[in-house]
Amino acid sequence: MRVIEPWVGAPLEKFLAESSARLVLLTTSSGQVVAQHGFTRALDVMSSAALGAAIMASTQELGRLTASGASRAVSHPGQTRGLFLSAFDLPQGRWIGLVVYDRDSSLGLVQLFFGRLVQELKAAAPQVAPARDVLAADFEDELNASLRSLFGR
Amino acid sequence: MKTGLAASLEAVTRVRGVRGAMVVSSEEGLVVAEASMEGIDGAAVAALMAGVVVRLSRAIEAAGRMRPAFVHLQAERGALLAVPAAGDLLVVAVTDADVNVGLVRLELRRAAEQLA
Repeated sequence: MRVIEPWVGAPLEKFLAESSARLVLLTTSSGQVVAQHGFTRALDVMSSAALGAAIMASTQELGRLTASGASRAVSHPGQTRGLFLSAFDLPQGRWIGLVVYDRDSSLGLVQLFFGRLVQELKAAAPQVAPARDVLAADFEDELNASLRSLFGR
Repeated sequence: MKTGLAASLEAVTRVRGVRGAMVVSSEEGLVVAEASMEGIDGAAVAALMAGVVVRLSRAIEAAGRMRPAFVHLQAERGALLAVPAAGDLLVVAVTDADVNVGLVRLELRRAAEQLA
């Protein structure tokens, strides 16, 4: 497990132990990675983060167009592995959780413990620092620092 | 008028000491139908009970036995009873400690047969 924000570590570790999830990715709604577990390649993380953010944006817009309300979670049970994708709000903004589970877990268990993970993240989240301008140079430095934290290199 | 599934679950909840009953998808751990689950987190019970029964089934199958026909989880202040039904469904009852287990098992089996 690798985390960018240290306060995410304990709740995420507990979620992994309780849910038996195989892969977990926490990102901001724009796809910036906050934590990951189970991914071995940076490319997979970045692609999954971008796709997860796009899926949540699409389903929320679909919910708006069909007047069925904003979608907060999407699940896809596959033959051997299932995928659960959910958006939640923290003081830091809207985050997205992407969870892949196999037959050692179930959608119900992932939903149950993901709900608890969100509550624990809300309780652990620090107060938000005032927003600052992001320079292109800072962005690249921060992206590289995030990738080093997530993959230890 | 009640559907067959709702009527079967209500027959389970009519047994004295039964606090609630539900049909659960054991593969996904999700609630399919429930009756009289007031004060009980049905989604949590479904997810956790399905997880327990699936793991128990694997253990029993690995030991060369058939799938379990009845699961009884006894706790200090109550019990969880489950009977596998057709497909990947489970019929589950949440009970008090002093419930008539035999009678609940009979009603759970009847409910499971109606799902076949």
